Amino acid sequence: MTNQMVGIEINDLHLSFGETEVLTGVNLDIQPGEFFAFLGPSGSGKSTLLRSIAGFGPTPRGSIRIGGRDVVSLPPWKRNVGMVFQSYALWPHMSVRDNVGFGLKERKMPASEIAPKVDAALDLVGLSHLADRMPNQLSGGQQQRIALARTVVVEPEVLLLDEPLSNLDASLRVQMRRELLALQRKLGLTTIFVTHDQEEANTTADRMAVLDKGVIQQIGTPQVLYDTPENLFVAEFLGTANILVGQVESDGGAKRFRTSVGDVLPLSDGHEGAGSIVLRPQNMQIVDQAGADTLPGTILHREFMGSQVRYIVRTSGTEMIVDQFHHVGHDWRDTGSNVHLKVNTNEAVIVAS
Amino acid sequence: MSNVSPHSNGGPSLLDRLPASIFPRVSGLHAAALIIAILLIGLLIIPVLQVIYVAFLDPNTGALTLQNFVDFFRTSLFRESFWNSFYVSAMSVVFATVIALPLAYITTRFNFAGSVVIQSLGFIPLIMPPFVGAVAMQLIFGRNGTLNLLIEEKFGINIPFMEGLNGVILVQSIHYFPFILINLSTSLRNIDRSMEEAAQNLGSQGMRLFRRIVFPLAMPGYVAGAALVFIKVFDDLGTPLLLNVNNMLAPQAFLRISSIGISDPMGYVISFILVAFSIFSLWASFLVMRGKDYSTVQKGGGGLSRRDLRTGEKIAAYAVVAFILILVLSPHIGLTLLSFATIWSFAPLPDGFTLQNYVVMWENSKQFITNTVIYAGIAAVLDVIIGTAIAYIVIRTGIWGRKSLDYLATAALAVPGVVLGIGYLRVFHSIDIPFTDKPMASWWVIIALALMIRRLPYALRACTAALQQVSLALEEAAESLGATIRRIVIPLMSGGILAGFVTSFATAAVELSATIMLVSSESDAPLAYGIYLFMQTPSGRGAGAALGVVAVIIVGLGTFLSQLMIERDKKFKSTDQSH
Repeated sequence: MTNQMVGIEINDLHLSFGETEVLTGVNLDIQPGEFFAFLGPSGSGKSTLLRSIAGFGPTPRGSIRIGGRDVVSLPPWKRNVGMVFQSYALWPHMSVRDNVGFGLKERKMPASEIAPKVDAALDLVGLSHLADRMPNQLSGGQQQRIALARTVVVEPEVLLLDEPLSNLDASLRVQMRRELLALQRKLGLTTIFVTHDQEEANTTADRMAVLDKGVIQQIGTPQVLYDTPENLFVAEFLGTANILVGQVESDGGAKRFRTSVGDVLPLSDGHEGAGSIVLRPQNMQIVDQAGADTLPGTILHREFMGSQVRYIVRTSGTEMIVDQFHHVGHDWRDTGSNVHLKVNTNEAVIVAS
Repeated sequence: MSNVSPHSNGGPSLLDRLPASIFPRVSGLHAAALIIAILLIGLLIIPVLQVIYVAFLDPNTGALTLQNFVDFFRTSLFRESFWNSFYVSAMSVVFATVIALPLAYITTRFNFAGSVVIQSLGFIPLIMPPFVGAVAMQLIFGRNGTLNLLIEEKFGINIPFMEGLNGVILVQSIHYFPFILINLSTSLRNIDRSMEEAAQNLGSQGMRLFRRIVFPLAMPGYVAGAALVFIKVFDDLGTPLLLNVNNMLAPQAFLRISSIGISDPMGYVISFILVAFSIFSLWASFLVMRGKDYSTVQKGGGGLSRRDLRTGEKIAAYAVVAFILILVLSPHIGLTLLSFATIWSFAPLPDGFTLQNYVVMWENSKQFITNTVIYAGIAAVLDVIIGTAIAYIVIRTGIWGRKSLDYLATAALAVPGVVLGIGYLRVFHSIDIPFTDKPMASWWVIIALALMIRRLPYALRACTAALQQVSLALEEAAESLGATIRRIVIPLMSGGILAGFVTSFATAAVELSATIMLVSSESDAPLAYGIYLFMQTPSGRGAGAALGVVAVIIVGLGTFLSQLMIERDKKFKSTDQSH
């Protein structure tokens, strides 16, 4: 069931529901065989973008090329794009076998060829024994797999997954995302995965696009997006971020960052001018001695999280979240104590604010 | 829920010290449940069982026999009636489907400005009892009706819209198609958009998609509506009677009992067949729908996607809706014209217009109208009292067998009016009215009780819905502060109860099939019977139509008021919860 792998190119895509523009100038280049994620909060346009690739919703302006062919004005049934719906959308009046065989029947394939293909697809998702069940007799995870089998059996050029794990419970979600990835690798299908869960995107996607307000904020591998966010939205959406607002100054040859309340931190690099410094909770240590790269603060809260201890530290400008690894025998800092935060400025990222 | 003993002050009372196994503690609710059960058994179950029992009795010897059924099927008139009833019911389902399907499809699949019209189409027919419109339909679609006179003038042909069974089918399908429209629209609306999109995604579109995905998913709703139409038409007495079509089952039952007498077994055999068919249809539709709750709308999903109509399609859609609207309104138009007509015969329109019919109607129908208000009033009051009690007992108490009260009351739906009427005649002709020596069967109170039983299922549904909207927490809060059911629950339910009362009243006011069996003298007759009497003579038709207009106004106003109350109640409750 492996395909000729195809890429997806999206150029200057605009889409409006009536007066409201929900996608603005989307440009994307997804590589053949890539596992790509659209990540964003609800209302960011990620699902709308996915649906417009499948051909649902209003026709957008711009182009969507799948394997070089512009599909933007084609109806859904002429696109050969497989989509798995958030609700799975298994038809309740058909058995599992009929659900999976539906697309092949629509393609006027003779019954003798349909049966082995359906069996192979059910085998692929490990549910051959459920072929004669009705959808309402299946668990959520099983329905998910059947929906997947129903989609891949028609050998689509690309696979679109709309929040595929959101209806599963937490433990199943972790297992399913691994299975999804394994299946995608096995089939070599160019796949787009929509999610609002950064952990899902981080653990599965080769690359991802972070969307907000209908605009792609940044595209890259999960690590690049986490380590070097291009703007505050991406920085705050991926993981926990402490933001210090201020500006980058030059003192002779050395760069430094002056916060809006006057604290100064040395920098190894950075463009001069207004900006924000992004610090992850693990980019700082709590120390007793003040230094050139420390900020004074007071511990407000302490939360024990198992492998680490999270401190909320009040500094002169803002409240900072600081994570310290927990080691047996290591004393915790008490709330109310005055400390200094040592900032690893070479791990910090400066973004324009 | 615990029942606090009323004797909590002081020591144990005498009652408390009696052995509970012999003298069970009976709370007010238990007593109410018992009384309701006795009422339902006495007024519904026994009469129906009696009818069925007599169908199997030899009229001369009193022995159990199947001979009556053999006689029934040996008589060609009965065989013909049987097939006619079946044919008319089936064809009415077909025509009702033809009317309802495009309307349901247009409202649920397209952005159509005329959807408001379609929604009103869903209840306009129901506010007119079908037998009232039957005569008016004759004047418009009959052999010498408006339409045929015009067609004959132009094309020289005459189309038998209203000849014999055709007339019954036409009147019934126009009257009952809303049952299919409402059920089908609801199930179409309950299909999740992704059901359709998944099919499109896999290469399906157009009619194939409709046939393989959309229609099967809407099937349960359609079957529910179609079964209802089938039963209603199969059991209806008024329409064939008014159209003078006597070779159907219900009219035959009526004619046998009213002309030969209550000892003639054929009326009972027919009743048995009517009940059996009702139960069979309900059972069959239940089987079809079992395990098929296809309501698939997901959170944030929304129903099927709607698209805008192209100009040509829009014109076609409006044409279809306009055509059906005219068809549906034709009984109303015909009835109104007839009520103001001097003479309307062999002419497309009446010869002249007058108010005389209303004067005649008023002079002759005061008794009918007074009787109607009394009977329907008694029936509706009892309906909401019993309905509220059953709803409360079923939903909020753990009384043993409480569900069976609900089933008993709802079972009235499966009992045709004719059958209930015959059952009452049979059971009550041997019981005298208290303090007199006249049989109860000829007592007017029996008519009110029959109406009460016939309308109870509707009132019960309204009361149940109303009670379900009253949150248990609210009730418990009230109870913890020492308030009672009467003080808190009833006032909160009042909107729903009132709606139930109005619906029961309005529909009981125009009920014909049970009352026609039970009316023993003209002075006891209600409005529906009055219309029937007027319509028997050509000279009385004008006044009959005027009385028909009164009936339509009563039902229409009642429907409007009950909708208003339900809406207001909903609004009240929803603002209540937002605080």
